[in-house]
Amino acid sequence: MQASLTTAERQIGTGLAVTLALGGLVMAAAARHGVMAVHGAMALALGLGLVFRLGAVLYDVAPAGLDRASRYDDGPTRFGIWMTLTWAMIGMVAGVWVATLLYWPEATPPWPATSFGRLRPVHTTGIIFGFGGNALIATSFWVLQRTSRARLADALSPWVVLIGYNLFCAWAVTGYLMGTTQSKEYAEAEWYADLWLVVVWVIYFTLYLRTLARRAEPHIYVANWYYMAFILVVAMLHVVNNIALPVSWAGAKSYTVWSGVQDAMIQWWYGHNAVAFFLTAGFLGMLYYFLPVRSGRPIWSYRLSILSFWGIVFFYIWVGSHHLHYTALPYWVQTLGMTFSVMLLVPSWASAGNAIATLNGAWGRVRDDATLRFMFVAAVFYGLSTFEGSFLAIRPVNSLSHYTDWTVGHVHSGTLGWVAMIIFGAIYSIVPQLAGREAMAWPKAVEWHFWLAVLGTLVYVIAMWNAGITQGLMWRAYDANGALSYSFLQSVQAMAPYYLLRAIGGAMFLGGAVLCTLNCRATLRQSRTRDLAHDRPLAAQPAE
Amino acid sequence: MTRISDPHALPGADPHTGNRRIDPVTGYDTTGHDWGGIQELNTPFPKIATIALLLTFLYSVVTWVLLPAWPTGRDYTRGLWGLDQGRMARDGFQAVDAVRQGWLSRFIDPDFAALASDDLLMAQAMPAAARLFADNCAACHGTSGSGGPGFPALDDADWLWGGEPEIVAETIALGINAADDSRVAEMPVFDWLEPADRQALAAYVAGLPQGNAPADSPAATLFAENCAACHGDGGTGGLLAGAPSLTDHSVLYGQDEAAILSTLRHGRRGIMPAWSQRLSPAEINLLAFYVSALPEAKP
Repeated sequence: MQASLTTAERQIGTGLAVTLALGGLVMAAAARHGVMAVHGAMALALGLGLVFRLGAVLYDVAPAGLDRASRYDDGPTRFGIWMTLTWAMIGMVAGVWVATLLYWPEATPPWPATSFGRLRPVHTTGIIFGFGGNALIATSFWVLQRTSRARLADALSPWVVLIGYNLFCAWAVTGYLMGTTQSKEYAEAEWYADLWLVVVWVIYFTLYLRTLARRAEPHIYVANWYYMAFILVVAMLHVVNNIALPVSWAGAKSYTVWSGVQDAMIQWWYGHNAVAFFLTAGFLGMLYYFLPVRSGRPIWSYRLSILSFWGIVFFYIWVGSHHLHYTALPYWVQTLGMTFSVMLLVPSWASAGNAIATLNGAWGRVRDDATLRFMFVAAVFYGLSTFEGSFLAIRPVNSLSHYTDWTVGHVHSGTLGWVAMIIFGAIYSIVPQLAGREAMAWPKAVEWHFWLAVLGTLVYVIAMWNAGITQGLMWRAYDANGALSYSFLQSVQAMAPYYLLRAIGGAMFLGGAVLCTLNCRATLRQSRTRDLAHDRPLAAQPAE
Repeated sequence: MTRISDPHALPGADPHTGNRRIDPVTGYDTTGHDWGGIQELNTPFPKIATIALLLTFLYSVVTWVLLPAWPTGRDYTRGLWGLDQGRMARDGFQAVDAVRQGWLSRFIDPDFAALASDDLLMAQAMPAAARLFADNCAACHGTSGSGGPGFPALDDADWLWGGEPEIVAETIALGINAADDSRVAEMPVFDWLEPADRQALAAYVAGLPQGNAPADSPAATLFAENCAACHGDGGTGGLLAGAPSLTDHSVLYGQDEAAILSTLRHGRRGIMPAWSQRLSPAEINLLAFYVSALPEAKP
């Protein structure tokens, strides 16, 4: 980090680190005990660590040959990739463990912190925000600079964004282990963590716009539209859903200002658009950059890109109510959610189709290059899970699938098959370049990872389809005498084989991710500083 | 239509040079944009996408016409079908309930002995009773009613309050220590007894099932003075007070010395919830009938 900073930036950075440490101290002192005190201590420790790191080199002369104007700022991306892989390990291990507990509940250790209810959000937050979020931020910096032919607008804010964002993730996950939650799915982190994320996010969006304003290209590439939609809409969702009143300024507990069915609607407006703008829009940006670059093919249709982008951005915002079919939510809201979900299908498939058609003329590469194959499979699963999503949003279908493991299968066909696959494709594209090499250190491990990931996803998703449809059918079955055909317990017992398969599929996927992490470590350890011929030269910048 | 003569204005032309780049694979030209080697083809909008988009619009418009859909200030468009999800749910439940009441109604005020001899009724009712048991009772009493520490076994001959269907029905409906009108059973705290006395009592009571509790010992006197009022002389149990017999295996919390010492020191006040708010009287009678027959059903 410090190597690419000028003396003035190191001074400002040290000042920010001192502020963070003091803020943490104030938090810890005000709270005195409990979750907030621990979180204050974490911020204090992080701030002090940064103070020492920057303070140690505060007045060192910048290393000779530091010619920032002629190269992209890839240090933050490198750090972001590390955090992506770190969170992948945390989130996926937690996921496989809780999946195992569902098959083998007796294995639950006797401590509150290791109970299923606390570990499950560690899995979801670790994956969505830790793994997905870091990958989005890291790749967005990479893509933004290369499609703009401009260096990031300043050297300090990318670090503030990444370090601040990871502090949010760490606060959230450790908070769950200690028993705090806002009880809102995918928005469990408590109020001060939410406020902190707003600060980080504003810096992120400002940095994005400032860099884009410096671009040396006449047009803004599609990937950047998606990344910007991701940043902007996530900010809006996050702020509205998390408006809450803290019980005290010195404690973690807060209550949401929303109540009743409005609360449910706002929560799922947030929840579904977290899927739409966090897990879809940003990753489409990733796909739109790495797929054409890796395949060496032009995007198949510019016009389809426009249709997909505006269709996705417009329709997605309406569909959250399909999570609340057959509830106290008024019927008309459900109808709107259902119809907009169906209309969303065509823009979604236009993206998937556009990506797959882009590969025309590069199928030989798809066959030979596991990295490109990751991206191809991602596009296929994107198409599959968006079709499934529109289908499940249809009210009568939802009456079978709702509350069953089909939902879990659907989510994982999206997260494992689409989101994680495109992340791994992007990582395998970026990491060799970061290391100044032509390829990953262990090319065969990429192949192994690919097959473990694909097989793990298929085992997982097919097991959950079976589980969900079985549950749905058992729950709704009446015998000829008007009595329920099955007790709930029987439907739980029927899940055992599928839950075992799910844990196995998840473990395969985790195994692949472990290979990826080790491979990235081996590759980055052999880093050489040289510019690769195929990395796009930066356009000449005005003096900073 | 005017002819474009300026090559820079042609679609796909490079805005600076006017060159159109044709992709050799697809034969389409590009839009002329270029980001570090990423280009975009100028492919015409696929007809199938337009058709599919229109079909989904059509589906939506038809749905909006038929179902409740758009808000209109204080009201909303009701849709031609005039559907109401609350009414639909109620109708569905009532339809199933009508079928069920055909036989379930006979349990409203039952003569259990007469019902048991009706084989057709039993064939309809017993599977339903098994599901009711699994959904409502099994969580505590076990899937086969075999009980567990703190929860009585229902498949043996030992009953705290009586095992006849009428009495079981009352236990289910009112619960134990659950509400104001429920059955009350409490093992009081005996922590005021000297530890040595408690120790002696524990050893005495632990010996009762095997019959090796010494009859005229200080412990027997302690038992007669403190325990017999509820548990009966010799500990044979005070049925209808919820005090279990100590001479068989109906004790819920264990009859080894450590468990008895804990019981003496802290007392016991187990709870069975009252089900009258959750189950109908006929369902409660059906369950009572099923539960009271569990000892016979045990293999």
